Amino acid sequence: MRAYFSRRYRLSASHRLHSDALTDEQNRATYGKCNNPFGHGHNYIVEVTAGGQVDAETGMVCNLVDLDGCVHKLVIERFDHTNLNLDPMFQKLVPTTENLTIEIFQILKEAFRPAEIVRVRVEETSNNFFEYSGEA
Amino acid sequence: MVLLTRKAEFSAAHYYWNDNWTAEENARVFGKCSNRNGHGHNYTLEVTVEGVPDPVTGFVVDLKELKDVLEREVVSVYDHRHLNKEVAEFASTIPTTENMAIAIWRRLDGKIPGAKLHRVRLYEMPDLFADYYGEA
Repeated sequence: MRAYFSRRYRLSASHRLHSDALTDEQNRATYGKCNNPFGHGHNYIVEVTAGGQVDAETGMVCNLVDLDGCVHKLVIERFDHTNLNLDPMFQKLVPTTENLTIEIFQILKEAFRPAEIVRVRVEETSNNFFEYSGEA
Repeated sequence: MVLLTRKAEFSAAHYYWNDNWTAEENARVFGKCSNRNGHGHNYTLEVTVEGVPDPVTGFVVDLKELKDVLEREVVSVYDHRHLNKEVAEFASTIPTTENMAIAIWRRLDGKIPGAKLHRVRLYEMPDLFADYYGEA
């Protein structure tokens, strides 16, 4: 039986949305307050969903200790209490939450072996969230 | 087609234990959850049904009937119970969140008048939940 297991994590980070491909005026028009040169921050919630057969012996899709370990090591430690614009990933990519969601999905999809990572959802504020499930 | 979700809550005790394993194996895989004295959670159940709104009532499903089915089939059986010791389906199946989502699906499937079960989501705590969509 295939089921989906989801877990939520928290990280706090700053960012500034600014594209080198746009003029300063265009950046202000596109990103508004998020283009503030000094940056700003969010308490992000990262929701990770793993899918797979429920193991007959353990009753689990995957062991949450393994998922916690992987997410902490590869996502939380990398991004928590950092300036996202300084992360190597965001040297050429604007650290929108869309791009952050895709990056986290790809990191976990590649690294987590016990079950398939099927979706990552990142909540930037309680009213804004982004989901990525890979390309069809 | 419209999806409609109703929540219900219950509180229950459980522990994780596989009789085929030694105490050390159980402790290694299940950690604190393997304590045979049990522990408990406040569960939140979200049941999503799908259907076409009735042209006369505008309802996909009568919410009162759905509430009654959830109460009769799940809440009255699980609430304030020890799942391993008092609920038949967990006498030989470990009551992980995944297995509970599947068991709840089986309890509800075909019992909701006029609508088809789409998803069972069970929160063990706000940061941990399992989804089950039935077998394709």
